[in-house]
Amino acid sequence: MLAYGRHLLKRLGQFVLVVFIGVNITYIVTHATPINPVEQTIAAVTNFGNTSPDAIEDMRRSLKALYGLEGNIWEQYVGFWGRVLVGDFGPSLSAFPTPVSTLIGRALPWTIGLLLVATVMAWLLGNLLGGLAGYFPRSRTFRVVGVIAMALHPIPYYIVAFVLLIIFGFLWPILPIAGGSGMNIRQAFTAEFVLSTLKHSILPALSLVLASAGGWFIGMRALVSNVVTEDYVTYAELAGVPKRRILGFYVMRNALAPQLTGLAMSLGAIFNGAIITEQVFGYPGVGTLLVEAVHKGDYSLVLGVTTVSIIAVAAAVFIIDLLAPLIDPRVRAVDTAEAHA
Amino acid sequence: MFAVLGDLLRVNREFALGVLLTGIVVVVALASLFSPYPPLDVYVVPPDVPPGEGFLLGTTSRGQDVFWQLAEATRNTLLFGIAVAAISRVIALTVGLLAGYLGGAVDRILMSINDTFIVVPLFPILVLFYFVMRDRMSWAMLALVMACLGWAYDARLIRSVAMSLKTREFTRQAVFSGMSTWQIVTQEHLPYVLPIVFSTTLNNLNWSIGLEVTLSVLGFTDVNTPTIGGMVFWANQHTALVAGIWWWIAAPVVLIATLFIGLFLIAASVSEYIDPRSRLARIGAAK
Repeated sequence: MLAYGRHLLKRLGQFVLVVFIGVNITYIVTHATPINPVEQTIAAVTNFGNTSPDAIEDMRRSLKALYGLEGNIWEQYVGFWGRVLVGDFGPSLSAFPTPVSTLIGRALPWTIGLLLVATVMAWLLGNLLGGLAGYFPRSRTFRVVGVIAMALHPIPYYIVAFVLLIIFGFLWPILPIAGGSGMNIRQAFTAEFVLSTLKHSILPALSLVLASAGGWFIGMRALVSNVVTEDYVTYAELAGVPKRRILGFYVMRNALAPQLTGLAMSLGAIFNGAIITEQVFGYPGVGTLLVEAVHKGDYSLVLGVTTVSIIAVAAAVFIIDLLAPLIDPRVRAVDTAEAHA
Repeated sequence: MFAVLGDLLRVNREFALGVLLTGIVVVVALASLFSPYPPLDVYVVPPDVPPGEGFLLGTTSRGQDVFWQLAEATRNTLLFGIAVAAISRVIALTVGLLAGYLGGAVDRILMSINDTFIVVPLFPILVLFYFVMRDRMSWAMLALVMACLGWAYDARLIRSVAMSLKTREFTRQAVFSGMSTWQIVTQEHLPYVLPIVFSTTLNNLNWSIGLEVTLSVLGFTDVNTPTIGGMVFWANQHTALVAGIWWWIAAPVVLIATLFIGLFLIAASVSEYIDPRSRLARIGAAK
C-alpha cells in the first residue's frame, strides 16, 4: 500500500507539472506574440465609421481589464493563474455576456461522452484483435486484419472522418451526418433523446475508433509475439493449460500493461483527433466550440477551451495512471525498486 | 547503411512498397519545378473541367489545374514536414542523449518535462497560436513552433538507448581518456542512436504533416501557401463536394493517404529491422 501511495504521489506530481507547463505555454503564446488582442478588437469595432477618442480610450481600458492585461508582466501572470484556478475566463465575446465557463460546461459532456466511448472501444477492439493476431500469427483472417490495420493506422482522423462522411452522407445516406442529437427533440433524459444521441454519435465514434484501433492492434500484436516466446508460456503449453486460459491470463494480461501506459501517453493525440472529428460532423462538443470561437474571433473562448482541454487531458491521464497498478502489479514493484535504488 | 537499405528493398516487401508509395509522392512534388503556371494565380485554365479532358486531374472552381496545384502543394507540405523533423531531431537528440548519459536529477527533470510534452494536447495550443498570430502566421513560424512541441516521444526513445550505451565498456574508456560529456555524447553515442532516429524521423514526418494538414484544412494556417490541407480547405470553401467537383478533394486526399502509408511502412519495416528480436521471429516464421 505504501508503494501505491508513492506511485500516486509521483503521478500527482506529474499531473501538476503537466497542468503547470501547459498553462504556461498558453500564457506565453498569448503574451509573447507581437499581436495585441485589445488593439485588434478596437480596430474591428472602429472599422465602421468614426468613434470619439474618449470612447476608444474607455474601450481600451475595459478590454484590458477583460483580457487581464493590466499592470506589469508579473501581475498579469499572477492574475492569469488566479483566473485559471477558479475557472473564470471572462465573458465570451461572441455569445456576450454568457461566461466562457458556461459555454465550455455545456460542450464538455458531449466531448467526454464521445471520447470515452470511442477510446475505450478502440482500445479494447485493437488490443483484443492484436492479441489474437500475435498469438495466432499464421491465421489468414488476422493477417488480413493486420493489413487493414497497417493501412488505417497512419491516416489522420480528419481523412477517416471525411471518407465516412462521403460514404454515409452521400453514397449511402443511412446515418445522420451532423449534430449531436435530433434538432426537434428536447434535451432531457428520455428514451427518444438517448436513442437519437446514440444514432448521431455512430459516425463520429466510428471514425475515432477506425483511426485509432489500428495503432493498438499493431502494438498489441508486437507485444504478444514477444510474450509468446517467454519460457513460462512454453511451460504452460507443455503442461496442457487450455489455450484460451494461456491467451487470457498468461499472454494478454502481461502485454496489457504497456498498452495502458500507451493509452495514457496517446490521450492528448486522441483528444486532438476528437476535435477534428467533432468539427467534421458538427458535433456540439469542445472541438466545434473551439473552431467556431476562432472564426468569430472570440479570444477569451479560445483561451478558455485550450486551458480546459489541457487540464482535462492531464486529469484523464492521471486517472489511467492510477489504474495501472491494478492491471500490472509490477508497477508497484518497479516503484519500490526505484525508491530503494 | 546503403547496403542495408538495398537488402531491405530486395527482401522486405513492406519496405519496398513503402519506398514505392513515398517515391510516387516525391516525384509529384518534384514535378512542381516544371509547373507551367505560377502557383497562386487563379483562372489560368477553364474552371470545373473533369479529369482527363486535357487536364490530367481536372481543374478547380478557381481555375487552377489540379495536378500542378497538387504538385506545388505536395512540395510545400513535404518541405514543411522535413523542416519540423529536422528541428525537432536536434531537440530530441540533445535531450535524449543528455538525459540518458547524465542520469540522476538531470534525467528526472528532463523526463518530467518530456512526459508533459507527450501528454499535453497540442492541437488546441496550435489553434490558439494561429488565433493570436492571424495573418502574420507563416509557414516557417508554424514549423518552428511544431518542432518545439513535437520532440518528446523520440527523446524518450533515444534516452533509453543512451542509458544502455552508458553502461558499455567504451563509454568508461572515453571518460577515462578525458573526453568531455559533450564529446562522448556526440562522438561516441550519437552513431549508435542514428538508426533509431531514422525510423522515428519518418514517424515524426507523418505526425507533423498530419497536424499541418488538419490545421490547414480548417484554414488555421497561412492559406496563401499552397499545401495539401490548403487545397482541401479551398475545395471546402467552394463546396466542391456539393457542386460535384469531387476530383478537387479526391486528389489531395489520395495523395496524402499514399504518403502516410508509404512513410509508415518504411518506418515500421526499418524499426523491425533494427529490433533484432522481431528479426528472429521473422526467421522463425520462415522455416
